[in-house]
Amino acid sequence: MTESSFEDIPGTTLFDGRMSRIGYHLNMFCMSLIKVENRAAFKANEASYLDRFLLTADQRRAVLERRWNDMLDMGGNVYYLAKLAATDGLPVVHLSAGMANLSPEDYARMMIGGGRRIDGNRSKRG
Amino acid sequence: MARISAGVGTSHVPAIGVALDLGKSGEPYWQPIFAGYEPTKAWIAREKPDVIILVYNDHASSFSLEVIPTFAIGCAAEYPPADEGWGARAVPPVEGHPELAWHMAQSLILDEFDMTIVNKMDVDHGLTVPLSLIFGQVESWPCRVVPLAVNVIQYPPPTGHRCYSLGKAIRRAVESFEDELNVVILGTGGLSHQLQGTRAGLINPDWDKAFLDGLTRDPDGLARIPHIDYVREAGSEGIEMVMWLIMRGALDAKVDELYRFYHVPASSTAVGHIVLANRGDRV
Repeated sequence: MTESSFEDIPGTTLFDGRMSRIGYHLNMFCMSLIKVENRAAFKANEASYLDRFLLTADQRRAVLERRWNDMLDMGGNVYYLAKLAATDGLPVVHLSAGMANLSPEDYARMMIGGGRRIDGNRSKRG
Repeated sequence: MARISAGVGTSHVPAIGVALDLGKSGEPYWQPIFAGYEPTKAWIAREKPDVIILVYNDHASSFSLEVIPTFAIGCAAEYPPADEGWGARAVPPVEGHPELAWHMAQSLILDEFDMTIVNKMDVDHGLTVPLSLIFGQVESWPCRVVPLAVNVIQYPPPTGHRCYSLGKAIRRAVESFEDELNVVILGTGGLSHQLQGTRAGLINPDWDKAFLDGLTRDPDGLARIPHIDYVREAGSEGIEMVMWLIMRGALDAKVDELYRFYHVPASSTAVGHIVLANRGDRV
C-alpha cells in the first residue's frame, strides 16, 4: 500500500499526515465554530475573526469565498469544514454537493437515484 | 459474569438525527429508514441490555487535530450531547458505566491494546444517532453506555485486522467482569459514502452487500481488507466500516443473523444495519 495508489482514486483527497499538517490551522479555525460565542463572533466580522488563526493568505481567501474544494486542497477536512457550513446554516450535504460541482438539488436527485456509481469511478486510469 | 449477547452494526448519519429531532421521521424521504429500524427496536426492547458498548467515531467534536487517539474508551459517569456547529441535539445525556469501563481499560491495556482513557467527553451524532435509531425518542436512555471512540478521520485509521482483534480482547475484558450484565456491542458508521471531493456521493451497493454477508459468514476474510479497498470501493468516509469489525470480533465465530436492513440514501450515505446474536447466548 503506497500513497501513490491512493492518488489513483479519482476525486478523492486522503486526509493523511501531509494534508493534516498543511490544514492544521484551517481545520482548527473550523473547530472553533463548535462554540456558539465563536460562531457569533465569526458572523459579526469574518475577516477579523480569521485574524485569530494562522491561515495562509490562500486559505483565508478560500474561507471568505467558501470555495470548498480549494479548502479541501489546502488541507481542510470535510468534518471540520462541516462546522463552517453549519455556521452558514447549511448541512454537510450542501458541502458535498458543492465539492461535486453540483447544485444541492441535482446532488439530492443523484443520491435519491442511488448515488454516484462506482463503475468508472475506481481509478483515474478508467 | 458479564456476557456479550449480541452485536449490532448501524450507520450513524447526522441527518437522521436532525430528521428525528425536527419531527420529520414520517416524511416520505425518511419514513423507510425509520421503518427499517422498527424490528430492531422491538428486539432490543426484549433483549433489555444492561450496558451497550458503543463503538463510534468522534467527528471533530470532543477530539480535534490537537489530540488524535486511535482507540479511546470513555470511563466517565455521564456524557453530554455535543454541539457540532448547529447546537447540541435535544437528546438525554448518556449515562456511562465507569466500573465496567475502567475494568475494560485495564484488561485491554494489559492485553496489549494501548487504550486512551477518557474521563470527560461530549458525544456527537456518531454515538447518539445509533441510540436514537434503536431506542427512539425517549426521556432517558434505557441502558448505560461505554463509549469506544476510534479515529477514522485522520489517515491512517487502525487496520480492519487490528479492530477485529480489539473486539476479541473486548470480549475477554467483558467476560472477566464479575457482575451479571447483559452487554450488547454496537459497531457504527458507514456503509459506503463519500462526503468530499468531486467523487462525493459515491455509493457501492455490491460492496455493502458483500460486507454485510462477510460480517455474518466470513469476518476473518473481512478483517484482511486493506484500507485502499475501503477508500476506493466504499468512499473516503466508507473507511468507517472498520469499526464494525470491533463489534464482530467481540462475538462468537458463528453467529445468527437476526435482521438486516439496507437503504440508499440518507443524505450522502448508504444506511446499513445488521443484528447478530451469539448462538450460545441467545435468549
